[in-house]
Amino acid sequence: MTKAALVLEDGRVFRGESYGALGESLGEVVFSTGMTGYQETLTDPSYHRQIVVQTAPQIGNTGWNDEDDESSRIWVAGYVVRDPSRVPSNWRSVRGLDEELVRQRVAGIAGVDTRMLTRHLREQGAMRAGVFSGDALADDEVLVGRVLDSPPMKGSDLAGDVTTASPYVVPAVGERRFRVAALDLGIKSNTPRMMAARGIEVHVLPLSSTVDDVLAVEADGVFLSNGPGDPATQTHAIELTKSVLERRIPLFGICFGNQILGRALGRDTYKMRYGHRGINIPVIDVRTGKVAITAQNHGFALEGEPGEEFTSDFGRAVLSHYCPNDDTIEGVRALDVPAFSVQYHPEAAAGPHDAAPLFDEFCDLMNEAR
Amino acid sequence: MPKRTDIKHVLVIGSGPIVIGQACEFDYSGTQACRVLREEGIRVSLVNSNPATIMTDPEFADATYIEPITAEFVEKVIAIERPDAILATLGGQTALNTAIALHERGVLEKYNVELIGADIDAINRGEDRQIFKELVRKIGAEVPRSAVCKSMDEVRETVADLGLPVVIRPSFTMGGLGSGMAHTPEELERLAATGLAESPVTEVLIEESVLGWKEYELELMRDRNDNVVVVCSIENIDPMGVHTGDSVTVAPAMTLTDREFQHMRNVGIDVIREVGVDTGGCNIQFAVEPSTGRMVVIEMNPRVSRSSALASKATGFPIAKIAAKLAIGYTLDEIRNDITGETPASFEPTLDYVVVKIPRFAFEKFPGADPTLTTTMKSVGEAMSMGRNFVEALGKAMRSMETKDAGFWTRPDPEGTTLEGLLKALGAGHDGRLYTVDRALRFGATIEQVHEASGIDPWFIEQIAWLNELRGEIEAAPVLDETLLRKAKRAGLSDRQISVLRSELAGEDGVRTLRHRLGVRPVYKTVDTCAAEFAAKTPYHYSAYELDPNAETEVTEQREREKVLILGSGPNRIGQGIEFDYSCVHAAMALRAAGFETVMVNCNPETVSTDYDTSDRLYFEPLTFEDVIEVVHSEQRSGPVAGVIVQLGGQTPLGLAKRLADAGVPIVGTPPEAIHLAEERGAFGKLLTDAGLPAPKYGMATSFDEAKAIADEIGYPVLVRPSYVLGGRGMEIVYDEESLAGYIARATEVSPEHPVLVDRFLDDAIEIDVDALYDGTDVFIGGVMEHIEEAGVHSGDSACTLPPITLGETDIDAVRRSTEAIAKGIGVRGLLNVQYALKDDVLYVLEANPRASRTVPFVSKATAVSMAKAAARIMLGTTVKELRAEGILPAAGDGAKLPAHAPVSVKEAVLPFHRFRTREGKGVDSLLGPEMKSTGEVMGIDVSFGMAFAKSQTASYGSLPTSGKVFVSVANRDKRAMIFPVKRLADLGFEVLATSGTAEVLRRNGIACTVVRKHFDGVENIVDIILAGQVDMIINTPYGNSGPRVDGYEIRTAAVAKDIPCVTTIQGAAAAVHGIEAAIRGDIGVRSLQSLQAALKADDLPEGAGTGREGA
Repeated sequence: MTKAALVLEDGRVFRGESYGALGESLGEVVFSTGMTGYQETLTDPSYHRQIVVQTAPQIGNTGWNDEDDESSRIWVAGYVVRDPSRVPSNWRSVRGLDEELVRQRVAGIAGVDTRMLTRHLREQGAMRAGVFSGDALADDEVLVGRVLDSPPMKGSDLAGDVTTASPYVVPAVGERRFRVAALDLGIKSNTPRMMAARGIEVHVLPLSSTVDDVLAVEADGVFLSNGPGDPATQTHAIELTKSVLERRIPLFGICFGNQILGRALGRDTYKMRYGHRGINIPVIDVRTGKVAITAQNHGFALEGEPGEEFTSDFGRAVLSHYCPNDDTIEGVRALDVPAFSVQYHPEAAAGPHDAAPLFDEFCDLMNEAR
Repeated sequence: MPKRTDIKHVLVIGSGPIVIGQACEFDYSGTQACRVLREEGIRVSLVNSNPATIMTDPEFADATYIEPITAEFVEKVIAIERPDAILATLGGQTALNTAIALHERGVLEKYNVELIGADIDAINRGEDRQIFKELVRKIGAEVPRSAVCKSMDEVRETVADLGLPVVIRPSFTMGGLGSGMAHTPEELERLAATGLAESPVTEVLIEESVLGWKEYELELMRDRNDNVVVVCSIENIDPMGVHTGDSVTVAPAMTLTDREFQHMRNVGIDVIREVGVDTGGCNIQFAVEPSTGRMVVIEMNPRVSRSSALASKATGFPIAKIAAKLAIGYTLDEIRNDITGETPASFEPTLDYVVVKIPRFAFEKFPGADPTLTTTMKSVGEAMSMGRNFVEALGKAMRSMETKDAGFWTRPDPEGTTLEGLLKALGAGHDGRLYTVDRALRFGATIEQVHEASGIDPWFIEQIAWLNELRGEIEAAPVLDETLLRKAKRAGLSDRQISVLRSELAGEDGVRTLRHRLGVRPVYKTVDTCAAEFAAKTPYHYSAYELDPNAETEVTEQREREKVLILGSGPNRIGQGIEFDYSCVHAAMALRAAGFETVMVNCNPETVSTDYDTSDRLYFEPLTFEDVIEVVHSEQRSGPVAGVIVQLGGQTPLGLAKRLADAGVPIVGTPPEAIHLAEERGAFGKLLTDAGLPAPKYGMATSFDEAKAIADEIGYPVLVRPSYVLGGRGMEIVYDEESLAGYIARATEVSPEHPVLVDRFLDDAIEIDVDALYDGTDVFIGGVMEHIEEAGVHSGDSACTLPPITLGETDIDAVRRSTEAIAKGIGVRGLLNVQYALKDDVLYVLEANPRASRTVPFVSKATAVSMAKAAARIMLGTTVKELRAEGILPAAGDGAKLPAHAPVSVKEAVLPFHRFRTREGKGVDSLLGPEMKSTGEVMGIDVSFGMAFAKSQTASYGSLPTSGKVFVSVANRDKRAMIFPVKRLADLGFEVLATSGTAEVLRRNGIACTVVRKHFDGVENIVDIILAGQVDMIINTPYGNSGPRVDGYEIRTAAVAKDIPCVTTIQGAAAAVHGIEAAIRGDIGVRSLQSLQAALKADDLPEGAGTGREGA
């Protein structure tokens, strides 16, 4: 057993055993309540620079497989679990989770009272923290100092860290019906996969792409992906979005993309106390009153009231979806230009597939625009 | 969508008596439903024949009909009540089948009643296996290959195609009744024939074997806006082949990736939509091939089920309550989540703990029954536990069972254990299979070997292997320090388990002393549906150990009101079931109303007591001394504790009383010394002698010779039983020396420490049961029950009537005097149950139990007085006099003397024999005796004994016939008394069948009858005729002391198998004739409990008194 410590910026220290790699990881500590899908969570670029606490106690039971990664690597900075599995058991598993964490040099901690930690974060809000083990361990004050030296999430421009270096294409499955330019702010593998399954040829573009790059691929629509960091820092993406709206190119955004579209429509974003991270989160569509159980992972959200209509530079728009747990805005729709977005993950992975029809809605929008 | 405005009156159908496969989880769900509907301002009518339910308490419905749950009776209720809608999805298979019958008879149409929740089409789509399979294929999911067969020929044809093994599943039965797996052609013939017979539509499904596949369940809910949520996933540790009710199960699923889980979820949602469950819950079972992940849908229940109750308790999401709200039109997003108080019910619970459920079996009650677990459910109860990891939950669940094993390593490995034997045993499901896994690992098996042998997922096996590593670490450690102790406790090991490994610590108490000294205590976490994402308003706790000494406990301080802890009764078992939970729930209600903060401790997920809003606080914990003492400690830290109630939950909490008291815990009510006095034969015998009360002669023997000497002195027959168990375990009536020798030989644990009690058995006596209250000054007799069966049949298995029908005033006075003397002599504070035998005008005291009895709910229903509520108050110091003034008890009089026009209530037991088969496939010996075997009971209540009795028979065995064949076979002493009722039946047009002796008597009295062969008299004997379905009713009185009472009970078993009424007493026969006459005239009416009880209360003396009485 190797000692490890999770140190929060408010001075709370949780001691446990090291899990995965030894060393130090700094980031914003957040909790995720999903009971399945740790592999997808770990490889989700939106978790870049975050230390994830899994509220589900038994983690690693199904090991690590070659199919469920949502990107090319683990993005989670540090990992906090209660009871890691000693052996994996699943027909698709190729290795253990701990082995993978070591391989990808992710420092984690196990054996902490994750519920106490979660309750603390719920009350005090997500905050900076560090996981320390091995040589990185030191006196508590020293460790708290290191945490306080790390940059806060608010104001962090992180999408640039996770975006693809160069464009790539995910071909449509079967006949190509549409061509979409997907701005990679931290896109997950399943997103192009879901679009491709609907006959969309997906051109994944780096964050630095311009509207000319978008036009160059002769896109029927533009997609804004999920991603990490503070949306307020994304001036380029927001300006690009405005150019797309001006040209009335159908646009669909998810998660971070929802915040980008919202800001392009003139709404503000704010940092939530502890965010929404889980796969059981209800969202109500104001239009139909129907509930979707959604996968979510966001620490920022759009300002406003559910169902609120407002006027933007691009005409009328409405805050179209909300979470009935806390009335957080979960979607925005432009009424005079073909654009909509949601704060959650229709591509799921991990999580329920209730919101998958949103990709069909995007196809409808592109159809109508023809 | 808001509540529907067109539904103003709903009829709720309950599930009737507790039987295997359908237990008190439906009281839990029905109680929730009734409560919700009434809160919504809807008039609620209720039909349920089970008096031991909370839902049938008069305050839970506007009109409560304790009537048989048959289409005939429910139609009568509908005709009176004229409800707008029927809610049948919360009363198990019984309610669903009744709804279908009502539909088929055109009753729903006739009275324009809507079926809410699931309509007939949806029920049929979910229940009809063939339609269901097609539907699953249609949505693009897989099912095992199969065919529906209506005859043995079709069965053989199908198997020729599918190959063996195959699974046989009869249509429209509950709890997997009649289903099984056939590996050989012989097994196929037997199981398919039984299955066809068990199915009300003579239909079985023959299915490709998915034996050994991983088994999962999802609990889903849907509202009328088509929103669907998955409340819980459950993984069965026992792979496919063992009924889920008999499997050890875990929530949430432990070994699925998100991809697999979401696939399952998608299919589940598609299924509930396609089946068309409009609103409410459903349960879907899946099988997953472990090496490829191929997933097939096994079945679905378009209703709330046992698993829904488990899922509700496991997650804090009250499925039944929400189903009731959805049924009247609300949508999920309009319903608040009670636990958070803030968020809506349109979400999916997420757990930050692990839940384990273990079934409780009762094979020891059914000698010869094949204990192999199959697709037919055999367990009689279950315990659930929560821990912060799998092993912690597993350990807690194992010690919740209250069997001889109290977790791994608590009993030595049986002599002659071999690895080979263990691996072989693992091949079939059996009670304690995880103990076998542990042994196999310790005997050198690899995880892979155990997996190969058992089909259990390696993940679970590895967890047990890890416990064994920890065991080694604990054994090897030079000292048990805080770190290691924390690690052990966090792995769910009890103090007792640790003490097995560290002999120097002087047992369990020694471990505890060390643990407390080192400050290693559990923390209490909260079940909050959301893994702490939102604050929880409901104090629903479970214990956990953390490595962090500063780990957080979530029990809130409360210093204003004194707290009372109520210890529940643990897993249901034969002899300790829902009746005890009923009393615990009543205590919680009464004490809450009296200003106490009530704290419930229990581990049974099926019950009302473990509903999070029954008490102010709920601890879902095992009822072992260790777990209870820690809860007491936790509560004492958070505020003043007035005391602990051990008297209501049956033997389980009573067994803890002394140790708790010794540990300084205040026990309220009858003190532990007094409990001991009643249980200790010598002391109790002296008490009776001093009070001048006769008791059957008895003696205590530690060897056969001693037993023989005693028996010779007091005379045969004698009742023999071990002295160290109560509740009839191991009791037998022996008629001669030979059987006495046989008994002693079987009772292997006879020794000076464990003597055998030998009592004189009073043959032909009338047995009387009394429930009473005593406050130290005044006695209140709750009710005097006269057994219909003679003494010798366990009181829990015999029918009884209240008020008694043959006892005179002097008898009742004797009962009162004796009861008073015993209550005072023992020093009871609260409830007392006394059993008497009346023989030759002498009232013998058989036994006295200073605790809530099984009959408390029956007495409460029959007399409109809540005995348990009163008892709880007495335990906390209120007097009978004060309770009379307050209106909790009647202002004057008591249950020994009910008003002349009081209704008559009959309780009848329901027996589970048709659930069990021997290894050879024959029915088990259904002999009744002093050891209790029934799983539940029904009540018939009406203005006369005849009607009440008829109803009790209808409720337990099906309706009394109005024409057809009646078989008569009675003991010699009954032959004269039989003539009148049998003549009456013949006059009413029945064909009378009789064995030769009885036939001769009948003929001589001018009654025409057909002679049939006795049971052991070759082919086409009476049992064959009954099993062929050619008999409509049986009158069969036991042959008294003519030796073993086998013949009659063979007949009775056959009657049970064919669900036909079987009357075993002459009083009963006369009563049944009354009932049949009434049925022919069509005037067996139904009356609500509220109106029947009004008759009791009208008499309730002075003006002004009796206000505030429940149900008034």
